[in-house]
Amino acid sequence: MGKLIVNQDKIPSIDELIKICPFGAIENNGGKVEINAGCKMCKLCVKKGPVGAVEFIEEEIIEIDKSLWNGIAVYVDHVEGEIHPVTLELIGKAKELASKINHPVYCIFMGENIKDKGEELLHYGVDEVFIYDDAELKDFRIEPYAAVFEDFINKVKPTAILVGATTIGRSLAPRVAARFRTGLTADCTILDIKENTDLVQIRPAFGGNIMAQIITPNNRPQLATVRYKVMSAPKRNAEASGKISICEISKDKLGSSINVLNVIPKEKETGISDAEVIVAVGRALKSEKDLAMIKELAELLNGEVAVTRPLIESGWADAKRQVGLSGRTVRPKLIITCGISGAVQFSAGMNNSDYIFAINIDEKAPIFKVAHYGVVGDIYEIIPQLIEQIKLSREA
Amino acid sequence: MDILICIKQVPGTSKVEVDSVTGVLKRDGVDSKMNPYDLYALETALKINEKVGGTIKVISMGPPQAKEVIKEAFTMGAHDGMLLSDRKFAGADVLATSYTISQGVRRMGNTDLIICGKQTTDGDTAQVGPEMAEYLGIPHIANVRKIVEVKDKSIVVEMDMPDTIEIVEIKFPCLITVEKDIFQPRLPSYRRKLDIKDKEIGMISLKDFEDQNEKRYGLNGSPTQVERIFPPEVNTDREMWNGSPAELTEKIASKLKNLKFI
Repeated sequence: MGKLIVNQDKIPSIDELIKICPFGAIENNGGKVEINAGCKMCKLCVKKGPVGAVEFIEEEIIEIDKSLWNGIAVYVDHVEGEIHPVTLELIGKAKELASKINHPVYCIFMGENIKDKGEELLHYGVDEVFIYDDAELKDFRIEPYAAVFEDFINKVKPTAILVGATTIGRSLAPRVAARFRTGLTADCTILDIKENTDLVQIRPAFGGNIMAQIITPNNRPQLATVRYKVMSAPKRNAEASGKISICEISKDKLGSSINVLNVIPKEKETGISDAEVIVAVGRALKSEKDLAMIKELAELLNGEVAVTRPLIESGWADAKRQVGLSGRTVRPKLIITCGISGAVQFSAGMNNSDYIFAINIDEKAPIFKVAHYGVVGDIYEIIPQLIEQIKLSREA
Repeated sequence: MDILICIKQVPGTSKVEVDSVTGVLKRDGVDSKMNPYDLYALETALKINEKVGGTIKVISMGPPQAKEVIKEAFTMGAHDGMLLSDRKFAGADVLATSYTISQGVRRMGNTDLIICGKQTTDGDTAQVGPEMAEYLGIPHIANVRKIVEVKDKSIVVEMDMPDTIEIVEIKFPCLITVEKDIFQPRLPSYRRKLDIKDKEIGMISLKDFEDQNEKRYGLNGSPTQVERIFPPEVNTDREMWNGSPAELTEKIASKLKNLKFI
């Protein structure tokens, strides 16, 4: 909290000062320096500018009593009672954060006929699941869902609330944050917590080129959304622990001007352009039927199969699955190239992938120049074993 | 029907780097443009307007030069526009931004439908629309992928969910945020560009608002604080693995496990 003050007499060169601001928010108004509405309060002008030229004046703030807010809560994301797996991932993270500050982990679950689904959450180490079960909550509609959330927060007073960055979460969390005039940080990729219960929220900013660490120092509850597959789900315990609390809310709070007319299941889209995981295969594949093992590996990793141009030319795969300059450019989180030598025409289409594993028998193959993990070996030996190993670890 | 579109001026490029020595944010040039997602919101409004008539207004918040994006909206077909600009809005996070725009919207008079783009390319939060709706006390639907029907007192839309599509009817006044590709945005019209050359764009500052409590705007009205910015970790590993097939398999599997792919 505070503001920037410009001391005109301490500016040796206005042009130099203007250059410091990455947002172009410092203006020269007829020899007088002014800060315009483009200012993001990054305070670089204070830190990097001439001494005393721009000052940041802290305003005194009344500190809230953080000890009144207790527990880390997770919003249970679901459609018609089917719990979205991001929920379990957030429970895992919530447990980790809660243990650092010795707080309980809560779940808030709203819907219709969901009581037994709530029981299941007790196998993941949640201390208390708060269930709001009402016909008006059958489908996600913003007004009743926000009303229930408000009721929960007022009743339980959690210090932090984690929400999955799904369609529902991205709609509901901002609504709740605005209602409590508190902070919400979207799409956090790293979460931690300070001793004073301030949630440390790290997210990509400016199109992912920069990471920003964000806190909500004087407001509670603190809200954060996290995308699916960013955190890890905890193991299911055979024994249930914790308890279920059934909550009531008066019907007149559950009105809505929204009417859900129909819910249509979506056809699963497949394609390599948006795939997060790709298993790509090239000329080392000896026959069309051997594609089966590549497909099996891709399926085990929830990914898609991609190929190089020679395989398209021999008619073994659809042209839509070709990676490279004459095919598609892909940027998955993981790509495993199998028996691909890595001509530039291919690697230009995939070298921005986050993690590149390359399996090739020839140690000198150019693919190893772009790979993060180069595996010198025969795909016919390694892939079947890898498939077995993944299956085994799934069963364990 | 009266429609209001929220638009934002964003940097023309997302190429920003942090100088690892000084920690200073480096931006290439100061080019700016309309947030590309807002073009879809604007096109949605134009399509609805072609069917049912009425007015299209745009609202934006930013420094004075953000008037440019309002002009651009005029050349596409918007009728009127206002810019919210005040030094006191500086340093606003999502909450303060949403509150500021909601005050501006109130100032602009009655609206049946507010349309926002899905998100901006510089903030990427997709939260301002829903937070504004809360401050305006109206319902909202996010991630709208299709307008099914515009009725007298309501609109029927398709909401995009991860595994389903929900057909939803929502009464006016309301706010929707639309997905990219809901409609193909039209190109600006040269004739309109000439027509609107001298058109005035209204400026609104804090003193025009209903709520003039400075503590609710800009940095003072922002509950979140950026503690630090830093370059993202990129995977700079370059490892070569040799060994027996069993050893290599083991290595791949354990790495994949570490990276949470298994």
